[in-house]
Amino acid sequence: MTMDWYWKSASEISAAVRSGVVSASDITEAQLRRIDEVDGRIDAYTQRWDDTARAMAAKVDKKASRGEALGPLAGVPVGLKELLCTRVGKTTCASKMLEHFRSPYDATVVKRLEAADAVFLGKVNMDEFAMGSSTENSAIKVTRNPWNLKCVPGGSSGGSAAAVSAGECAISLGSDTGGSIRQPACLCGCVGIKPTYGRVSRYGLVAFASSLDQIGPLTRTVEDAALTLNVICGRDEMDATSADLPVPDFTGALTGDVRGLRIGLPKEYFTEALSEPMRERIEQAVDAYRANGAEIVEVSLPCSEYAIAVYYIICTAEASANLARFDGVRYGFRHPEAKTMQDMYVMSKSAAFGPEVRRRIMLGTYVLSSGYYDAYYLKAQKVRALIKKDFDAAFEKCDVIAGPTSPTASFEFGAKSDNPLEMYLSDIYTISVNLATLPGISIPCGLTDAGLPVGMQLMARPFEEELLLKTAHFYEQNRGFDMGRPPIA
Amino acid sequence: MSKISEKDVSYVAALAQLRLDDAAQERLVREMGDILAYMDKLNSLNTDGVEPMMHALEMTNVLRDDKTGAPLSHEDALMNAPVDNGDYFIVPKILEGEEGG
Repeated sequence: MTMDWYWKSASEISAAVRSGVVSASDITEAQLRRIDEVDGRIDAYTQRWDDTARAMAAKVDKKASRGEALGPLAGVPVGLKELLCTRVGKTTCASKMLEHFRSPYDATVVKRLEAADAVFLGKVNMDEFAMGSSTENSAIKVTRNPWNLKCVPGGSSGGSAAAVSAGECAISLGSDTGGSIRQPACLCGCVGIKPTYGRVSRYGLVAFASSLDQIGPLTRTVEDAALTLNVICGRDEMDATSADLPVPDFTGALTGDVRGLRIGLPKEYFTEALSEPMRERIEQAVDAYRANGAEIVEVSLPCSEYAIAVYYIICTAEASANLARFDGVRYGFRHPEAKTMQDMYVMSKSAAFGPEVRRRIMLGTYVLSSGYYDAYYLKAQKVRALIKKDFDAAFEKCDVIAGPTSPTASFEFGAKSDNPLEMYLSDIYTISVNLATLPGISIPCGLTDAGLPVGMQLMARPFEEELLLKTAHFYEQNRGFDMGRPPIA
Repeated sequence: MSKISEKDVSYVAALAQLRLDDAAQERLVREMGDILAYMDKLNSLNTDGVEPMMHALEMTNVLRDDKTGAPLSHEDALMNAPVDNGDYFIVPKILEGEEGG
């Protein structure tokens, strides 16, 4: 029997493999054929691990044939973002700096997925070192949006979003520092969740901004996001900032209705900065909640207008410190013509970092430099505290906050790439969640007239992923229309 | 008038160990000027008495048992070295006039 296994959800695939309806190897072959068929147009994959995928699938099938219990992601095809350390293949961060880098260890999330019997198909594209909102900053290739090949997939986890949306994997792990999971999920019409800071171990995630970075899944259904979180969340001795809290069964939270649930709409998110089609679809989604008994309340996040300034001070400062490690000594690019130690540092960095990475290192170095530290970095940390306080106050009046994920739907290549500030402004609705360390999810809520996906963002209190997923799941099951599939299908 | 001069940009580039050609430098004067001017909006917000948010999570003293684990093998540690001699990472000579190292 042939079926479009590559469109099935991770939960369906895993259930089918565990009950013996289909083998992990069959799933993998179907998935590899799918990539053969469409990836020439999408270019989501930067590395294909066909042999690894087949070997992992065979291992799962062997386990099954011996009657051993299979893991919760049995046979589920996964694509990994280029900044997750893996012993297999390379870990390039889509940068010339790490073009040949082979990690000597696996990231904790990678180990946990493997232990859950997932199958790795390879690595997917991203903006260099996760700096960008369109994946145009990749030093490897251009990834296109499956809904319109002239448009960007968003970023920085653009390869992840494009692959999931085009049926090139069921789950992709991305990372989110200021929206890098949720914004591409929004632009490609899939589900993307950034868990609470500390929920998922960052061990083996190449660091961009350490007080903001968090790993999370991009999937086609909310249930699959919950299923993945069950596997990847939890305390890890290798990451001192991973929270020592019990991990609930997130899939078990996807029940019940939204009667009495208080959903807050921040008035600062529904201004003229929000494009009309986005506003319309999100208001319709909010109406669906209201019609099902949720209480809709207006809330205020008065410091919202400062979030981008705060974010680009803190993230560039942290990036300038984190990226200082790429000195050409132990790994990464070393300029072959460098004759002295100083030249080795300077020539290697200057030749191997792309323009956006250089710009952020420069900004970060500037805001941390003597004489400017108080005016920029310290000021930003104070305003960050106020932004968190805004959310604390808002969550006194509501349980979940709803709003847009992105001010606009996807845009054409080159539309913003010449103007860094304009590109930064496209993160306006997502970065506060990182600054306040909250969990946030983007779920599809329709298409624009031009046929591009629109996403709604939901946010919750720290470590309330269960409520977040439940609320997202309820909408997904009751939105009353099918998102359909991208025309590439 | 830009927030940042060419001189500032070359000073910061030196701190960041980056070398910029003239075109890149010129571009950065403009772009960093725009971005820093945008960041100035923070000055309109009074933050007197606000405790800066230094940490993402309120955790203190995360400790673990002082147990010996398996370290990265010598071979693994050197596998990405641009230049090595099997035992050490090799870098250009730091002190003039000395042999070996």
